[in-house]
Order: sequence, then structure tokens, then C-alpha cells
Amino acid sequence: MTNESSDRIQLLQGTLDMLILRTLLFGPAHGHQIAKHIQRTTDDLLQVEHGSLYPALHRLERKRWIAARWEPAGKDLKREFKYYRLTPAGKKRLVAEESKWKQLTGAIARVMARAEEG
Amino acid sequence: MFWWRREGREQELERELRSHLELEAEEQGDLSAARRALGNQTRIMEEVRDAWGWIGLDQLFEDLRYALRTIRASPAFLSVAVLSLALGIGANTAIFALVNAVRLRNLPVPDPQELATIQIRGGNRGMGLSGDASQLTYPLFLQIRDHQQAFSGVLAWSSGGQTFLVGEGAQAHRVPGLLVSGNFFRTLRLSPAAGRLLTPEDDRPGCAAPGVVLSYGFWQTEFGGQSSAMGRRLTVEGHPHEIIGVAPVNFSGLEVGRNFDFALPICAQSNVLPAWEASPLRTDVYWLSILGRLKPGWSVAQASQHLQAISPPLMEATLPVGYAADSVERYRERSLEALPGGNGISPLRSQYDAALWLLLGITALVLFIACSNLANLMLARATARQREFAVRVALGAPRMRLVRQALCESLLLAAAGSALGLALSRLLSGAVARFLSTENNPLVLDLSMDARVLSFTAAVTIATCILFGVMPALRASRAEPMAAMKTGSRGLTADRERFSFQRVLVVLQIAVSLMLLVGAVLFVRSFRNLMTLDPGFRERGILVAWFDLSHPPLGYGASKRLERDILAEVRTLPHVESAATTTTVLIGGGAWSLGVHSGSTDWWARFTWVSPGHFSLLEIPILAGRDFDASDNGDFPKVAVVNETFVHRFFGNTNPIGRTFRSRTEPNYPETEYQIVGVTRDTRYFDLREPVDPMVYAPASQNPVAVLGSHLYIRSQAPPSVVIANIRRWLAVSHPGIPAEFRVFQTQIEDGLIRERLMAALSGFFGVLAALLATIGLYGVICYIMERRRNEIGIRLALGARPPKVVGLVMKEAAVLLIIGLGIGAACALALTPATTSLLFRLSANDPLTLVAAAGLLAAAVAVGSYLPARRASRLDPMTALRCE
Repeated sequence: MTNESSDRIQLLQGTLDMLILRTLLFGPAHGHQIAKHIQRTTDDLLQVEHGSLYPALHRLERKRWIAARWEPAGKDLKREFKYYRLTPAGKKRLVAEESKWKQLTGAIARVMARAEEG
Repeated sequence: MFWWRREGREQELERELRSHLELEAEEQGDLSAARRALGNQTRIMEEVRDAWGWIGLDQLFEDLRYALRTIRASPAFLSVAVLSLALGIGANTAIFALVNAVRLRNLPVPDPQELATIQIRGGNRGMGLSGDASQLTYPLFLQIRDHQQAFSGVLAWSSGGQTFLVGEGAQAHRVPGLLVSGNFFRTLRLSPAAGRLLTPEDDRPGCAAPGVVLSYGFWQTEFGGQSSAMGRRLTVEGHPHEIIGVAPVNFSGLEVGRNFDFALPICAQSNVLPAWEASPLRTDVYWLSILGRLKPGWSVAQASQHLQAISPPLMEATLPVGYAADSVERYRERSLEALPGGNGISPLRSQYDAALWLLLGITALVLFIACSNLANLMLARATARQREFAVRVALGAPRMRLVRQALCESLLLAAAGSALGLALSRLLSGAVARFLSTENNPLVLDLSMDARVLSFTAAVTIATCILFGVMPALRASRAEPMAAMKTGSRGLTADRERFSFQRVLVVLQIAVSLMLLVGAVLFVRSFRNLMTLDPGFRERGILVAWFDLSHPPLGYGASKRLERDILAEVRTLPHVESAATTTTVLIGGGAWSLGVHSGSTDWWARFTWVSPGHFSLLEIPILAGRDFDASDNGDFPKVAVVNETFVHRFFGNTNPIGRTFRSRTEPNYPETEYQIVGVTRDTRYFDLREPVDPMVYAPASQNPVAVLGSHLYIRSQAPPSVVIANIRRWLAVSHPGIPAEFRVFQTQIEDGLIRERLMAALSGFFGVLAALLATIGLYGVICYIMERRRNEIGIRLALGARPPKVVGLVMKEAAVLLIIGLGIGAACALALTPATTSLLFRLSANDPLTLVAAAGLLAAAVAVGSYLPARRASRLDPMTALRCE
């Protein structure tokens, strides 16, 4: 209930949302796959806390940036997973997030470069 | 996302997390490692739920449950709050339901907004026979129907609540019926509930026995709603008519406040109407109301212009016969107009419109007072719970949450109050409608709750909730943890600012109560003025009897003889002290005027033909000259007794006895010269509220027309029921077949004052209620302030202040509030009461006595309300007061 922790979550949240949207750009995936994918592509550098993944997924679903459906996994027809996929609105959001992210990192990079020079 | 889908979502989430765990466990080969990787599952689920956005709704339910618990914890507060709200909301809804029924509700026909009433601009007054000013003659209706272009159809019906004798022999009874033009139902676009409705083919001139359409209600009560009723016969005024159909279930006619049991085509009139109305071609009998359905694209204003443009030839074609030339000329100049008719017509409107809107205002003010009382109570509660709120704020509760909880309490109270209020309003509006309904003028109103009434109640509920809920809620949210915990309720003196809002509320309550009391006193006095008004004649112990002599129609001489016989025989019956006939019963019994000229004065007067003994029976003093006697029966001279106003109007201050005047010619009433043989004191004529008219009495034996029925004043000491039974017994033996009706004279007169009685009763009730509520409110606030100033008063007493001094201290506080409230209230009352002038009788709205009386009443109530807590404060034991420190 304290303010501190909620601030931290929000900071992470924005980034996590972008990562999830980016991951889903390759096609539908379920929660576990998304977590593993982020982990793998960052060479385990970014350890995604599985716990924070699900609230983020449900939040994105509520904002209608992603949609979900229960489907059987590719080979094993007996087991169903909740597959998330990107909606058109989600794609737009991803583009916007990416450009914002690039601006941010670019700006930070410039600041850091000057700092090194000085 | 809907909360009722919640359970499914929960299961789904669990399933999703389980499948994640399974996959992770497969990967790591260890379930507990997988669990560790996932983290605290409960917390995840809580966060996901947060993402779903249910927390807000969850909290709302929590708040409502919490509010319910807190309210239930103080049942006294609950019952006071709900009851006062229910009274306020119920009264408002009831009066609004009446306004809705009388004024706002549309007729239950398709596209009612296309309907317009057609009448003579300025009304039909001054010529011919009419029930009300908007009625037209049958020939004029035909002219309009055949020559107008603005309407797709123009219909007519006999308005005014005419009743007919239905059934045969002893079973016969009077029921309301309509005579309608053939296109009546078709123009209204109504479809039958059974059988078929009347068509233009049914309304052919000279039709012998046309079919009759029943109202749905009459069909249900008289024929049990059986379709076998079609084809059976309904006997109306002795003539059988085949039942051809039933009107739709919700259609009760076009007049608000009246209903009908059957409808016959106008062509049946010669069979069922009294002879004077029966001639369809008479151009001086106004008995039809006319409604048109506008053609597409026409507005009411355009139609009205069109009607005005085509009026001259229509009037020319329907000139009344037998009138003086200048009367006919006035008729020529008349023109027609159209007015919006989507909500039907109603005599109730002109009569009760102002009264009902005023009552709605009064009930709104009462509700306002109830709300401020409640706001005060809630404020007191909020202040008492200051610590609780402070603790919760200190523990991290958001202030919005506190506001929301407080508002939830108000909402629950308002909802409970309005639910109970709705139930109360049904009783109240029904009671008012019954109050307005008299034996001769039954009132049938549709008071069912429609969308408009329900939305009104909802709006009122929300408004009250805001009125009494918002301030306390904000007060609760302002809790300052530090300050509240430190001082609690132990301040030495009360903080002035803290009570300012409560003081303002009390001042407003006093102001509003004063206005309501002024209104109440005005209406009660006005009613008293009317009740104690000397009408100029005796009304107690007199019965009015009506003998219908029109079936079979009698000639001039025969009808006169029959009336004389009846009078003579009634005079000999037991219990009858005296009896006299009249053509017009005073006050509410109708009006009959003729033009009068004498010398250079040209005016009009009320004409009444009476038998000898009329004046002594009614105790109308003859001031000069003599009463009629048996010798006044020849053709010459025609004699008259006139009233003082007549003398003033025509002869000034000279002695009128022996002088003559002439009446103007009218159909069946040829110009006649009358010689004045007596002068009576002034009496009221048709309406107690109206000034005295010039009046002429002439002997019944010299009445120029045949009587169709006879009105008898019968004076008796015996109870009316005994006398009526006596007369009915005698009638059945001596004159079987003559229908008779009876009324108590005094009741009939009082029935005419029903609006005044209603206003006096309701405004008196609400005024007293308002004063009571305001006093309770003030009492509560003073008690509360005293409670907060306990220590201060304790110290004062300990230091030697004498109890009367303490009483004075408290009373001074109340007196300041009272004086400010009275000042504001008096100013508002003076500004607003002119709106009531039209409803008052012989009373100025700015009557100083009324204001002083109302202020005195209120001051007395407030004094009692503040003396009680003051006395309690002065008897405080200083030790106890200070010890709790």
C-alpha cells in the first residue's frame, strides 16, 4: 500500500508492456512462452519475474492491445493454453512505444557521451 | 468487464497460472523450483484482479455494506431519517402525480401531439346555453367539419360529464355517457377491444336506434368482459341500442377527470337528450367540444390562422334565431381558433392548475426542510465520528474513500426514503383525488406511476441525497488526524466556524417555515372567509329535489299544472315544513341571464322563476314591496322582485316599486315588460367567490317556457334521509315514472368550495409540518452546541453564574437565529405570496396580520425548542461537567 513500491512497478511496467508487445509481434504466444522468449533473447540478462508478467498481460488485454484465446498447444491436443496475440491497436501502440523508447535511449546516450567527453 | 462474470474469470486465471507452473515444472523438473520462479501466487492474482479494474466496484460494495452496518447500528437515526424523507418525497411525488394526471399526461391515442381543440376565440359567453366557454353548437361543428382544410379529421363529442339513465325499470341508474360524431374513433385512430367502433355510417341524421360502443370498464363490470355482449341491447333513456363494440382498455374519454361508460352517435340525441338539447339544428345550444387531427405539415398556429380566416362565412351560416339584432351582430364578429389538444380538455385545469403548482412548491419546501434537518443530523454524526475518521486517515485511508462512504450512507437513506415515499404517494394522491371528488362531480384520474412520475421521484431522490449528503461527507473527509486526536471533544469553548453551516441551515429552515406558515394562514383564513361568508340566504336544513318532467314531453299548460300539483302535494308530506320551486338553484345550480333595459340603462340580469314562499323559505328578506302571491298568475301585468344590486344598476337611489323594465328577446323568451313589486336583499348567485349580480325573480306561473323538470327547495328539521324516503314513497304511489334526485343544499354549496378546503387543509398540514421539522432541527442544533459547550458552561456555573443567566445565554443564541430566519422568511414571503392572490378570497396576500400570526406561531415553537436544552444546560452539575476532563 506504500507509494514507493507502486512507483517502482510503474517504472518497470512501461518497459515490460513494450517487451510483451514486441514479443507478440512474431505471433501468438502463451504466458510461459513470452517469459521464456524475453529471457532467451536478452541472454538471460533480463530476468522477467513471472509474477509480474500476468498482471501486465491482463492489463494489456483490458486495454485491448492484445487479445487472448484458449487453444490447444501445437502437438499436444489435450492441453490448452491461453494464447495472446497482438491486435491492430496493440501494433500501433508498439510503434509509438518503440519510437519513444528510441528517443529516450538516444537522449540518454547523448547525455552520457558528453559526460564522458567532459 | 462485468462483475457477474467474475467467477469464471477467476477460474480461468487459476488455470492459466497452473499451466504456466506445469510447463515450468516440466522444464526444471521440479515443481517447487517452478513455484519459486513464479513468485507469490496470491499476490499475482490480487494484482491481476487489480488489472481487471474490479477493485473500484468491490470497494463500492464494501462501502455500501459498511454504510448499511453503520446506519443499522443507530435505528433511531435510521427511522427518523427515512420517515422524514419518505414524508417529503411522498408528498412531492403525490402532488406531481396529480399535476401529471391533470396537466401533463397525453391522451392515450396515437400521435396525440397532432390533436388540437377548436373553440370560439375568447369563449362562447354571452349567448345561448352552454356548459363551458369552449363548447360549440352542432350546426357550427358541421360547418367547420365541411369547410376547414387544416385537419385530416374534425370530431365532436358532448362534453361536460352528462349522465344518462341506463337500464330498465328498477334496475335503471345514471351513468356517464358520450354522444360522439361518427368519425370520433377513426380520427383518434383507436381500435376496438372487441366488436367494432362507431363509423360515420352510424351517425346518419335521423338514425332510429344506432349501435352503442361501451367503455372497457363498463364492459367488464356490466357484461363481465364477455364477447357475447356484442349484439345485446343497452337501454339508454328508455331506448334500446345494440352493443356493437368496446373502446380500447386505457381510453377513458377526452376529458381529464371524467370517464364515460358508453358512446352513442350524435344522431341518437333526439332519443336520449332532454328536449331543449335534442334539436340538432339549434344554433344557440352549445354542448359539443371539438377536436381536430392536424394534417401532416400543419402546426396548431397555422391551423388557428386558417380557422380565423374561414370564420365569417361559417358564422353567417349558423346565425342564432330569435335574438335581438345587436346580439346577432356580436355573433357575426366571432372567430374560431385552435389550441394544442394532445392532453385532452379539462375543466380541472383552470380550476386547479395554480393550486397544484403551488402545492408542488410547498411540498418541495417541506422536503427542503426535511433535508436540512437530515444534513444537520449527519453533520452531528460526522463530527461525533471525527476521531474515527482521523484514525482511518492516519492509517492511510484515502480521503475520497471517506467521502464515498459518507455518500453511500446518504444514498441508502435517500433510496429507502423514496421507496417508502412512493408507497405513501399512492395513498396521498388517491386521497387528494377522493377529496376533490363530489357526488355531483365525480373525479376519475389516472394516477398510475408512469415514466414521468418515476423519473421525477428519482430526480428528487438524487437532489435530496446531494442536499443532505454532500456537506457531511466533505466534513468527514476534512478530518485532521493530529488535531482531532489531540483535542477530541474536549475543547473548552465551541469553535464558531465549526457550527456556521449548521447555523445557516437552521436560519434557512426558519425562513422557509415562515413562508409556508404564511401560506397556510392565508389559505386557512381565505377558506374561513368563504365558510363564514353570509350568502344572503339560509342554507341549513334545506333539501333540493329535482323532478324530471321531460318524459314524456308535456305541453306548456300540462307541465305547469304538474309542477303546481307536485309542489302542493310535497307541502303536505310529513316532516316538510315548507317547499318552493325555482328554475335555478342558488350557488352551483347553473346560471340564466337575459338582457335588460330600462330607460337609458342597458345591461343584463340573472332571471329566476320561483313559486310563492321562495323568499321566506330561504330567509331572504324583502326590503320593500311584497312577495309573490297567488294573484300573480295572469298574463298581465308580469311582475318581478329584484335585488338591491339590480336597483342600484338600473334605478340608482330612487324607489323602484311600481317601475318597469324590459327583457331582451331570446329564443322562447320574447321581450317582456316587468313591473317591480318587491326588492330583496342581495344574495350570491352562482359562485360564492363572485360579486353579487343584478337579479330578477319572477313568479313561476308567468314563466314563458314549459318546464322540463322542477327544482324544489324543501325545508325540514328531519334528517335528509328520512325526508327523501318519504318523498320517494309518495312519488312511487302518486306519480310513478317520474325520476327524482335529491341533494342537501348545504353540501352542494360546500362542494363548490372544495379547492379552498383542499388548499387550507394541505397548506395547513404542510405549514405545521414545516414548523415542527424546523423546531426539531433547531432543538437538535442547540442541544448539540450545548453538548460542545458543556465545559464552558460548567466553568461558568462553578464560577457562580446563576441558572437563569445560563438559560438566557442559550436562548440568546436561538433568538439570533430566529430573528435572522424570520427576517429572510418575511422578505421571501412578501415577494412570493402575490402568486397566491388568485386563490385567495377577500384577503390580500400581503396581509400584515397573517405575517405577524405566522411569525408568532413560529417564534413560540422555536422558543419551546430552545428552552428545553437551555434549561438542561443551566441545571448542569459543574463537577460532572468538568470531571470528564
